[in-house]
Amino acid sequence: MSTCSVSKGCFVFKPNSNKRKRSSAADYFSKGNDDLDNSELRLDTCLLLWKQIKYETEQLQEDLNKNLFDNLIRFLRQSHLNFKEKKTEWACRMKSSEIPTAAVVLGVNVTDHELTIKSLSGVLQDDVTPFVVSLKSKECPGIKQLLQKVMIQLMGCDVDVDSSDEEEYPKTSPRRVCCSVASLTNWYRNVTKYDLQKTDTESPCKKRTFSSRHWETPPVIIIFKDMESFTTKVLQDFIIMSSHCIREFPLVLIFGIATSPMVIHKLLPHSVSSSLCIELFQCHSSKEHLTKVIDKLLLTSQFPFKISEKVLQVLINIFLYHDFSVHNFVKGFQLSLLEHFYSHPLSVLCCELQESEKRVKLLSHSQFENIRRLPSFRRFVESQVAEKQAALLTDDECLKETTQTLLKDLCSYHENYFPILRCLHAFTSSLPKYPLGKQIRELYCACLEKRVWERDEYESAIQLVRMLAKDELVAILEKCVEILISSSAKCLRKPLEKLEEYVDLLRNLEEASDDQKKSISSLEELQKKTDLYHLQKTLLEMKESRRTKKLTKFEMLRFEIVEFIDGLVRNYLAPAEMQTLHEVMYFSAANTLREHLNATPRAALHTALNNPYFYLKVGNKSETIGLWPHL
Amino acid sequence: MSNPKIKRTNVLEIKFVADEDVLKHISEDAGLKVRKLNTPHTLDIKKWMKNPENSSDDEAQEIFKEQDYVTALDIQESMRNGSSASGGDVFPFQTPKRSSRMAEKVSELIHNSGKNAEHDSLKKLEEKTNTPKISKKYSSSKDQEETKRNDFLSKLSYRTRKRMTALNMCSDSESDYSASYSEEEGDDACTVSVDEAVLSEMPVRSQTPSFPPKKETPAKKLKRGISSNLVEEYFEAHSSSKVLTSDRTLQKLEKKKLDQESLQNLLSNVPVAFAAEHEKLIKQHESLFYKWMLQLHLGFNIVLYGLGSKKDLLENFRISLLQDSVHLVVNGFFPNITLKSILNSVTEEVLNHLGTFRSPQDQVDFILKRFKEDASLELYLLIHNLDSQMLRGDKNQQILGQLSSLSNVYLIASIDHINAPLMWDQAKQSMYNWLWYETTTFSPYVEETSYENSLLVQHSGSLALSSLTHVLCSLTSNARGIFRLLVEYQLENKDNPSYLGLSFQDLYQRCREAFLVNSDLTLRAQLTEFRDHKLIRTKRGVDGVEYLLIPVDAGTLADFLQKDNDV
Repeated sequence: MSTCSVSKGCFVFKPNSNKRKRSSAADYFSKGNDDLDNSELRLDTCLLLWKQIKYETEQLQEDLNKNLFDNLIRFLRQSHLNFKEKKTEWACRMKSSEIPTAAVVLGVNVTDHELTIKSLSGVLQDDVTPFVVSLKSKECPGIKQLLQKVMIQLMGCDVDVDSSDEEEYPKTSPRRVCCSVASLTNWYRNVTKYDLQKTDTESPCKKRTFSSRHWETPPVIIIFKDMESFTTKVLQDFIIMSSHCIREFPLVLIFGIATSPMVIHKLLPHSVSSSLCIELFQCHSSKEHLTKVIDKLLLTSQFPFKISEKVLQVLINIFLYHDFSVHNFVKGFQLSLLEHFYSHPLSVLCCELQESEKRVKLLSHSQFENIRRLPSFRRFVESQVAEKQAALLTDDECLKETTQTLLKDLCSYHENYFPILRCLHAFTSSLPKYPLGKQIRELYCACLEKRVWERDEYESAIQLVRMLAKDELVAILEKCVEILISSSAKCLRKPLEKLEEYVDLLRNLEEASDDQKKSISSLEELQKKTDLYHLQKTLLEMKESRRTKKLTKFEMLRFEIVEFIDGLVRNYLAPAEMQTLHEVMYFSAANTLREHLNATPRAALHTALNNPYFYLKVGNKSETIGLWPHL
Repeated sequence: MSNPKIKRTNVLEIKFVADEDVLKHISEDAGLKVRKLNTPHTLDIKKWMKNPENSSDDEAQEIFKEQDYVTALDIQESMRNGSSASGGDVFPFQTPKRSSRMAEKVSELIHNSGKNAEHDSLKKLEEKTNTPKISKKYSSSKDQEETKRNDFLSKLSYRTRKRMTALNMCSDSESDYSASYSEEEGDDACTVSVDEAVLSEMPVRSQTPSFPPKKETPAKKLKRGISSNLVEEYFEAHSSSKVLTSDRTLQKLEKKKLDQESLQNLLSNVPVAFAAEHEKLIKQHESLFYKWMLQLHLGFNIVLYGLGSKKDLLENFRISLLQDSVHLVVNGFFPNITLKSILNSVTEEVLNHLGTFRSPQDQVDFILKRFKEDASLELYLLIHNLDSQMLRGDKNQQILGQLSSLSNVYLIASIDHINAPLMWDQAKQSMYNWLWYETTTFSPYVEETSYENSLLVQHSGSLALSSLTHVLCSLTSNARGIFRLLVEYQLENKDNPSYLGLSFQDLYQRCREAFLVNSDLTLRAQLTEFRDHKLIRTKRGVDGVEYLLIPVDAGTLADFLQKDNDV
């Protein structure tokens, strides 16, 4: 069957039902690869890792959102209480036309809002009220459509709540035609009454009532997902209309705002915004979110998969310069994960240490050849003695053992790497001008790129650390101690002890400095002679002493600490590319990643038209100068 | 043909440079001391215009300045084409050159294919495209002689031009240039104001000295010092450079229109350049098929971009990997494709749901629900040209994005428009979850463009023409006369953009003068008949008067008139 036709644009193909078979991703994975050795295993590890990563990020998202949601729910409860009270108290009725409104500042990363709003409405539906409506500006160009949307969503959940009978449908659908706030209030009254009766009489047979989880007389919550893009007229009309019947109809609005809370007042005139009772909620910024995500995914030895400096740089650039979307960042991370496992045969070893040791035992000869071809492994071989070299290059058994030890080394390298990195960050993040970057991701990039201690920025940072005041130093050191305590690495016990010692020393310095003061004062007493010659002499001496005796005890100690930190950095923060077998765990094809995520179709067209040889790979240019491929 | 010659060195898509032609061209011009390939003609014009300049008065100088200006224009033109590096040159498509280039291509094709018997007229075209150079040279040298002979000749460039065309006319081959010039002259004769387009076209063509654009103003300007002249030249060159539209449409090339089949036959005879490399490129893309499948299954959607038709590639992908699964192919380039038809084929044929939906949104909601409920459902969606006219709308993209965001709908699409990525904002992009793949294939867009009309192929115009003649054959001579009147009037006003049509009263008057009708009623009856055959359209003007218009373009009308004269 062909897909060319002059009368049709869509073609559906259905295979014969008996022939239909489900081919999974694994098939494609293995078919796409030449070596069939461990492809299944690789895919499994890949998917497993992705699952973990996804779980982690979702968990993180939830944690971050939790705070916001708790606040929101508290606000809702408060406003709801007010509503109930207002019913009785006459005095309050004067003010009762105010609609409680929550303005949630979400930030500019539009793509992530969807998720936040979705989980928000989920939470609200579970805990507060069944009546949650979320509106997008695109769906409601006019007040009529807006009301229609509200009705549909409310009626829809009405049907869901009462019963899923089909009979309800025809009843609700004609009502959609006449949408007004009045009909909304009528509907609400009916529902709540009906429901109260029902709960009295036949509560057990109800599926989802306003049970203990939901509050009685549940409020209707309307979420405006992107407040800025709604037309002002629609919003104004809706707010004015609904403010008139707020007494019968407990409405709560939630605005999703991308820019700043000032926008409400810009969009709505005073007469309208005065009928709103706005409370502001600040969502976590996406930058913080990213930092947390990087913290969880990259700066941990939990996941064996790592990305190289360039890849990280690409991902961060896309985040910072394109979309501010953590979601996309995670997507890019997923893609690099997939690419790594797809393209690198040795990625089969990219898993937990015990597991990878097991897998090393099962490696085939060709895989060992692959290991021998790794540039980092070659470097390692060259540094060995001659016999060892020969053994490594010819004997698979010998290679197996070394590989295991190397992998172990790599693992412990990572275990040490991150605590030390954090320590260094604790030092550098408080320095003026942030020579090594404010965020830990910048520091991480710097450390991944090359030996960090060879950078000029590191030099200046160390210089600055040497000038820190005592209490600052103590605070930082305490932070470092905490970091090291929380890490599990065994090699770091010693530095930890040392650091604790330093903290103690610094604390005890008080008394020592008192001693010093005494000695200084005694010196002064000695200089009571008011002889010109002596005076000059003493002054000179003092000058001298100031130069030489510059180093007080504290300064000495500080110097020592800096030296120690510097030593730690040199020891543990060697760039990953220096490590043998780093190719197993590090994904470094930044180009492919950029191609797929941040493509440049314009440039591609340009090159194709200007210089087709680039694509056709024609060797001799001069021969073909007048020829162009056909189009 | 100098115009395309210049372009040929720079414009990207031209393939069939007949090398002999270039050689011939160079060797011919060598005698004229060509310094630059780009401006040979203007230079030699300048030279031969220099002679009279020595002896003649102010006016001659004027003309020389005019030539200067022409040169400036031409150089500017060449600069515009010369720097192929800057992106700006690639992106705007310079349509004016296209027509003549295409014509040339055709002639070359014919040259290559060597078909003789049936394409007599085509051969003529070939001759014509080749001759102008010779005739031009010939005429210019002749001109030179004449210039010497006649002292007072260079009164106006306009005159020389006129003479030249006359020369061309009498030269052996009846080149289409002469024809087009005579036409232009006719235009000039009746309308003194010179068309800007013609003006700017002339220097590029540079066959003849161009005439001053506004008769008096340049004359005044040019009397000033040279330095100020340069400035003026600069501005004039720049002001006119942007209206480089040629009026030399394909219609001017009479009898050169082919029907679709013969064009296709001709094109199929052309050997494909870089066949092997092309093959390799395609193979390279095909090796990615499994990877695509894997990534589709992991929740990404794939978009292909790059020069060349990607339809065959996707078709291969479909045949090799999707045979065992439900898939939907959408030809986005199909002119009548609608979102509704796509959604309908999903609901009706994939989900076997018989029923109608109130709106596309409802339909999508239904589809989303079904696919979410039943995880075993799978659908591969292949969309060729997701950026086509019909699908690029915001709403359509929104809905397609919603479809593609389903975890068991796998979308693989291709885009071709250079600004296609602008369709998607952040929200849509995150819905689509694209992975971009560059697949430059250099394959011809055969099927994608098959719904569009080629410039070389006879299309609606010819149909209209034949229907015109057929209908008129069955009419009385008086009716034919009335129609002729209308045609002639419309042709007279073809350059008037605000032309509404001939008012009924005017037509009546004219008809009476020509003894075609005797009363208002008979004319009305006649016009009703025309209207029934859709030969004319009536429109009421603002003043309530009825205006009559023939809804056919001027070229066809001219053809019709000529044919009618022949009969």
